[in-house]
Amino acid sequence: MNPILNPSGRTELLMGNEAIARGALEAGVQVCAAYPGNPSSEIIASLAAVSAEMGIHVEWSVNEKVALEVVAAASFAGLRSLCAMKQNGMNVACDFLLNLNLTGSGGGLVVIVADDPGALSSTNEEDSRLYAKLASLPLLEPATIQETKEMTRWAFELSETLTLPVLIRSVTRISHARSNVLLGDLPLEKPKPYFETTQPRVTFPVIKNHQRLYQKLGQAAQIFETSLYNEYRGPVNPELLIMACGSGWLYALEAVVSLGLVNRVGLLKLGTTWPLPTTWLMHQLEKSDNVLFVEEVDPFLENNIKELYAQHCPTLGLKRFRGKADRSLPETGELNPDIVAKAVQNLLNVFYQSRPEEYSSRAREAVQQWVPGRDIGFCAGCPHRATYWAVKNALALDGRKGILLGDIGCYSLGMGATGFYQMKTLHAMGSGAGLACGLGQLKRFGLNQPVLTVCGDSTFYHAVMPALANARYNGANFILLLLDNSGTAMTGFQPHPGTGKKASGETAPVLDLKAICQALGAEVEEADPFQLAETTETLLRLLQEGKGPRVLILRRECALIRGKQQKKLFQMAIDQTRCLGDQCGCNRLCTRVYKCPGLVWDPLTGKAKIDEAICTGCGVCAEICPASAIGKEAA
Amino acid sequence: MRLPSDPFNIIIGGVGGQGNVLASMILGRMLVSQGSIVTIGETYGASQRGGSVMSHLRVSTQNQFSPLIPEGKAHLLVALEPIEGLRMIGQYGNPDLMTLINTRPIHTLEVLSGKVTYPDLSLILSKIKELSKKVWTLNATEIALRMGDPILANVIMLGALSALEILPADRVVFNKVMGDLFPPERMAVNLQAFDHGREAVQELA
Repeated sequence: MNPILNPSGRTELLMGNEAIARGALEAGVQVCAAYPGNPSSEIIASLAAVSAEMGIHVEWSVNEKVALEVVAAASFAGLRSLCAMKQNGMNVACDFLLNLNLTGSGGGLVVIVADDPGALSSTNEEDSRLYAKLASLPLLEPATIQETKEMTRWAFELSETLTLPVLIRSVTRISHARSNVLLGDLPLEKPKPYFETTQPRVTFPVIKNHQRLYQKLGQAAQIFETSLYNEYRGPVNPELLIMACGSGWLYALEAVVSLGLVNRVGLLKLGTTWPLPTTWLMHQLEKSDNVLFVEEVDPFLENNIKELYAQHCPTLGLKRFRGKADRSLPETGELNPDIVAKAVQNLLNVFYQSRPEEYSSRAREAVQQWVPGRDIGFCAGCPHRATYWAVKNALALDGRKGILLGDIGCYSLGMGATGFYQMKTLHAMGSGAGLACGLGQLKRFGLNQPVLTVCGDSTFYHAVMPALANARYNGANFILLLLDNSGTAMTGFQPHPGTGKKASGETAPVLDLKAICQALGAEVEEADPFQLAETTETLLRLLQEGKGPRVLILRRECALIRGKQQKKLFQMAIDQTRCLGDQCGCNRLCTRVYKCPGLVWDPLTGKAKIDEAICTGCGVCAEICPASAIGKEAA
Repeated sequence: MRLPSDPFNIIIGGVGGQGNVLASMILGRMLVSQGSIVTIGETYGASQRGGSVMSHLRVSTQNQFSPLIPEGKAHLLVALEPIEGLRMIGQYGNPDLMTLINTRPIHTLEVLSGKVTYPDLSLILSKIKELSKKVWTLNATEIALRMGDPILANVIMLGALSALEILPADRVVFNKVMGDLFPPERMAVNLQAFDHGREAVQELA
């Protein structure tokens, strides 16, 4: 049985995202939607896995704005609904969110946004909490995995009380952490949907609705005054008062305990971070004249509490605020227990050593001297490596210094060594095609470089279609390389409209990429990235002929999906008599340049060698070797 | 349940694609089923694409800890790749560290490209030995390849770990947890991998 459906009273080791899913199920959620994006992806994935059994609707929507609209509609019809996204997704959804706040919600509506401090799997570092302030919506921040489940469950009730969507901000170290979670009851009955036509959901009259929104926010602040998600632990008058939220709280707790400062430092955990529970907070601020804020990404609490203090400083007296503003803690990157401990050590002037200094220097020296860095790159057998190889060769043959504009997905690694540094821009979903619309119209001013852009199959449905329509309408000249690897690979192989599968696993109509591109007026060709010579030739022809947007669909399944489903295509072997090693004159084209981890250089023989544990048998490297030393046999 | 220390901090690390996350989840569930409070922090996303990856397991009978182990505070290190083992010791090691190493190297991109050479394995192991209280080794990848699927190396390492008897994580517990996670047809091969790991592990002299 799926652990998120285990009976009440059991303790399960759940990922933060699974805890959110369980909390939503305990609250009786009926409609859930998202577009995949780490670190949020497993929320919908785990709900989808139990959708049939629980009789709920769970979908992968084409983008975050549509996802939020899908769940808001369910809320208007009185059902509890949940939408999940990563920080970038909030940017996509926010146009709707900043109108939805005015119409309000019906059935409990919870929006989870999982931020990625340190950009561990993101193209940016962004603090989505600012959207709660921007949209005047209540915001919760869980600090533990158990609390993540409880808060999610409660957020539905809160949303119904306030008739507003409730935002929950998670971070990577909550969403992707696992811990013990005590399960609660699953509901037996759920309401039937009905849209009350006498109460239209429109933002007009805007000013009146804006005033009502502030009233609701005031009501939220009142509720938060007594919330059990806000707590203080420590002495009555600590030398230092730490105010923490989210993952910062456990780091701060660990720092205070390991430094032996539990009698000197107080630790306040704030779970309801917008609107602030003013009275409660002012009372807490009376405890100490030194305050340190521990939170990730922007100084959100820090700025808002300072603002509050400014209004109350005549009664509170002078305080010293520490945090990101005075660089007590770093302005960027994710926190950890060491960073927080260091800040506390500096502020209270205490000495602490985590391990003997002599050991530390030996350990660091050994790493520095003997451990090479390990850059990330395309997996063995990845079709993207082959695609970029063809791009590199076609652009070289064309000779006009063509520009390849990038997009978000595994293929973003095209900016690095295993994509031969071909990709020259990287921004938001669909921005490659949008930028191509711009560069592709600069020929009249004398830009003679050909323009190319790249996107994946899932990204195409998300945000590339409008750019392609724009290109055709305005006459932009570029080639769109549409890398169809049969899934949303980067985030864990979620299905999309081109795969013929829904989130629940049911079959769905296939929205044909080629037909859509043709309908948008683009010329379309198809190629197999594993056929290097043919693909290079097709690309070169497209570069030199044709006008307007041209699309080259490059079809090959992701190597990881292929690896799960079938055995190797080919058994690869190096003919040791043909491989000339360093005498070849190719300057190790196979390993130095092509860089597939399945093909390694053997320093003992001075020749190439297949690493059997890694090679997936795609057969592409056989075409790379000028001495034809790499052999492939059908496996 | 008794732990060698509380919290007991474990790192399982290696290269993206070696099954590091699954190994940490299996071990975590084994320990939860024995009554501990476990928190796991892991690297996901881009790092999966051939980069260094690691999972931090904080095991306690009392409290929940943060999903990240502080510097120098690992008690047990399970490395699925030798230089990754040494890399993790650099940040999390201490004189009392116990280390279990899969001796099969995976070349880095810089090694592939010939910019640097992969360091001599015996040298890496001797450095690890100097920086650990005890070290155990086995070539889990080689055993997995002989069994027909390199991905089994992670379960072979869990078997090896159970043979060290540091944690209450024996075959019976493994069998139960795997039964919850895997379809019946995958059980036999995983149990076999677990047993091979138990048999192959040796203390490094």
